[in-house]
Amino acid sequence: MKDEQPYTSKEFATDQEVRWCPGCGDYGILKQVRDLMPELGLEREKTVFISGIGCSSRFPYYMNTYGLHSIHGRATSLATGLKMTRSDLSVWIITGDGDGMSIGGNHLIHLLRRNPNVNILLFNNEIYGLTKGQFSPTSEQGKHTRSSPWGTVDHPFNLSALALGADASFFARTVDRESKHLRETLRQAHEHKGASLVEIYQNCNVFNDGTFSAFTDKAHKQQNVLHLEEGAPLSFGDPENPSVLTWKNGAVGTVERETSDPESHWIHDPYDRAKAHALSRLSDDLAYPRPFGVLYKEDRAVYEELLAEQERGIAPKRTEEDLDALISGDAYWQVGQ
Amino acid sequence: MAAPKDLTKATVLFAGDSGDGMQLTGGQFTQTTALSGNDLNTFPDFPAEIRAPAGTVPGVSGFKIHFGSAKVYTAGDQVDTLVAMNAAALSSQMDQLKKGGMIIANSNGMDARNLRLAGLQEDRDLLGEAEKRGFEVVSVEITRLTKEALKDSALSNKDKDRAKNMFTLGLVYWLYDRELERTERFLEDRFADREDIQAANLKALRAGHHYGETTELFRNRFSVPPADLPPGRYRNIKGNQALSIGLIAAAHKSGLDLFYSGYPITPASDILHEMAGSKAHGVQAFQAEDEIAAITSAIGAAFGGSLAVTASSGPGIALKTEALGLAVMLELPLVVINVQRGGPSTGLPTKTEQSDLGQALFGRNGEAPLPVLSCASPKDAFDVGFEACKMALEHMTPVMILSDGYIANGSEPWKFPSTSELPDIQPPLHRADDGEYVPYKRDEKGVRKWAVPGTRGAEHRIGGLEKQAETGHVSYDSENHQQMVRERKEKVERIAQGYSRQEVSCGSREGGLLVISWGSTYGAVRTAVERMHKNGISVGQYHLRHLHPLPSDLGDLIERYDQWLVPELNEGQLLQLIRSTYLVDAEGLNKVQGVPFTHGEVEEAIERMIDKRE
Repeated sequence: MKDEQPYTSKEFATDQEVRWCPGCGDYGILKQVRDLMPELGLEREKTVFISGIGCSSRFPYYMNTYGLHSIHGRATSLATGLKMTRSDLSVWIITGDGDGMSIGGNHLIHLLRRNPNVNILLFNNEIYGLTKGQFSPTSEQGKHTRSSPWGTVDHPFNLSALALGADASFFARTVDRESKHLRETLRQAHEHKGASLVEIYQNCNVFNDGTFSAFTDKAHKQQNVLHLEEGAPLSFGDPENPSVLTWKNGAVGTVERETSDPESHWIHDPYDRAKAHALSRLSDDLAYPRPFGVLYKEDRAVYEELLAEQERGIAPKRTEEDLDALISGDAYWQVGQ
Repeated sequence: MAAPKDLTKATVLFAGDSGDGMQLTGGQFTQTTALSGNDLNTFPDFPAEIRAPAGTVPGVSGFKIHFGSAKVYTAGDQVDTLVAMNAAALSSQMDQLKKGGMIIANSNGMDARNLRLAGLQEDRDLLGEAEKRGFEVVSVEITRLTKEALKDSALSNKDKDRAKNMFTLGLVYWLYDRELERTERFLEDRFADREDIQAANLKALRAGHHYGETTELFRNRFSVPPADLPPGRYRNIKGNQALSIGLIAAAHKSGLDLFYSGYPITPASDILHEMAGSKAHGVQAFQAEDEIAAITSAIGAAFGGSLAVTASSGPGIALKTEALGLAVMLELPLVVINVQRGGPSTGLPTKTEQSDLGQALFGRNGEAPLPVLSCASPKDAFDVGFEACKMALEHMTPVMILSDGYIANGSEPWKFPSTSELPDIQPPLHRADDGEYVPYKRDEKGVRKWAVPGTRGAEHRIGGLEKQAETGHVSYDSENHQQMVRERKEKVERIAQGYSRQEVSCGSREGGLLVISWGSTYGAVRTAVERMHKNGISVGQYHLRHLHPLPSDLGDLIERYDQWLVPELNEGQLLQLIRSTYLVDAEGLNKVQGVPFTHGEVEEAIERMIDKRE
């Protein structure tokens, strides 16, 4: 801790000019992250931001911590090597839909299954921005872009389902426009021990403007957004008389809150894997809203702690005599004197 | 029988099906030979398939050992004694025998079925043909005799059959006048929890030895007296093992933890195995999900302050290429090992080649120079591994080591150093009380300081984008890019100032023909040059360890000669470099057959060049 005083939000900013397009959703995320750092009591020298390539990956240059702007898709594997050797550091990975799910898809799923204690902020804007507007692995089928003039025929990834399939121990979704929700979600990600994956819907106002408006525009969001709160019923729609989800024998349904038995309401339990799978697929049916918040979390052994535990069981051989013994092996012989 | 006949050198080739345990047999013979004080060099040659169809030629696994009372630099050109367990082994390896050489054949492995599996006519008389070619054939019913020796054992027939390699080893021990003791101890240890198997193997080993003693099968028995090696402590060591220990020693001497990451690939995997078993020595080994993750996780660990190393072979190095460029750009220490094999693409996974030199020197986008070192032999891999780590850490650069399949799996005696004899390694770490941290400010060697996370006040951001000189901020300025390209290049070139004076390894110190070798061709070239120089021919050998940056005095050395020969297991990659750098009319000797040069091949090439001059 710096002179026993916690760092301020300002001290987490660098002197580098932020170079995203005016109006980009990245600005809002940057602000929330800078504000959150002191709240979490993080120290600049013990915090590392690692990114890959893409618009979002410029992020580390704007955080006055240790930072590494690496190569396309590899932030996750750089972070794995760093966290394995430096479990004392708070490691934040900044990636995007192309960086994290396309070129870096392999490392992402392997990081999730290993479960090191890192935070992954995946900025999903459903487009390639830095390369000027090609479809990404999350672009909806049929999307017209510069590389899909007749509309893409590629089926998109559902990141929440992908993450659960890779045994992620924490998955949450939030959106750039909802600053409070964003910050609270990131706080929960930080508090989770293990790999936390946060999908942040981020508006690219140049190449894919308004792609998430169904979840941010006042007129629609009540109907389209399902707020996940641990221990609360899953309700959406008109606040006066919302619909509530039900879960019966693995089947999802809805009831009106006012006319239904509260016993029938689906109460959100982020530790319930089967329900998390259902939530990840919920909005495949357009009649249902899309979940925001923590879909799933579990307490699973952390990678670097498992390694440390193994190490504790092995007597160290770090002295000069130990190295001499390693060099000589046990079958050596003497020639001459 | 008379006393054993003294030999200066001998070459034995154990060949059998890949399920016959020939590698283990060869390994045991090697250990015993090493402990008997011989100099030696080994060459295991096995198929890429774990179990190719039994009895077939692709399934033949061989282990060659060349040992002597004089210096031994190669695994031997021609074989004195071929041990052949089946028809496939005999038919495929017979041509390696020297004129009048000996064959110890398992006659039970030469029947119609085995001939058919070897792709031969079922009525072929391989042993008769061998005798007609002038070889001394010793036919032994190894399979039957092993079963006979184990008739009281409760083991299954299959398990009894598997002990036939120990019978064979016992027989060869008798032939070369060796003690059984070391192998007995090995078997006791290896099968400590399977007493029945342990007993069977010990019995088979002794039965083979007795068989040699009591039957009058052999016309001669041989003895190879100890070699006159310089005083010191020795052990036998394989290349991958020596390299691994070199890395661990460097971590110890630098006071850093070692992070090793790899993805399984032949012939580099043994380094991963060594590292995975070295937790006690402070090694964090990581089996990554792919080659790219292997190198990028190492870069992450290097950023965090570890000595980071990754190893692979050609195809894996190709995948690591982009990240290697990142390491050049970041100027972080990193050691990348390429245990070369036959290429391109998947190529010949278990065979040796030197065809990745160009890849190591030039295989990156942009101007991305990095030091490249090569190992000359199994024991040399220790020194090279250590030196590469020291170089990477003290000069803040990725360094590439070129080894190859021959070095990786081959072995030789090593006069090993003690830890106290090894130099210290001093990475240019920035400490919190060192004042302001400027990430790309350079010292007189052009080296930047290394501030690792946790160092307060030195928070900084680095990345793959071009950086402003000193500050490291992103910069697209054209003059700045030119300057940074030059700074990175000059930093690497300055490393050559730390090399010792370049000298020939053997032969003429000036005039005549200079043979320039690199990597594992060292032994064959050394043997050839020593033999020819002894015969009065003006020929010298220069062995190049530092492929980049080249030694600054190499040009002077080259100028002292009139002719230059560059033997390589590729189509002339170093040759191009020598010709273009030194503007000399050097010639190549090139072979890409998956096997090392014989010294005979090098001698012929030397003769051809000298004839041409005269």
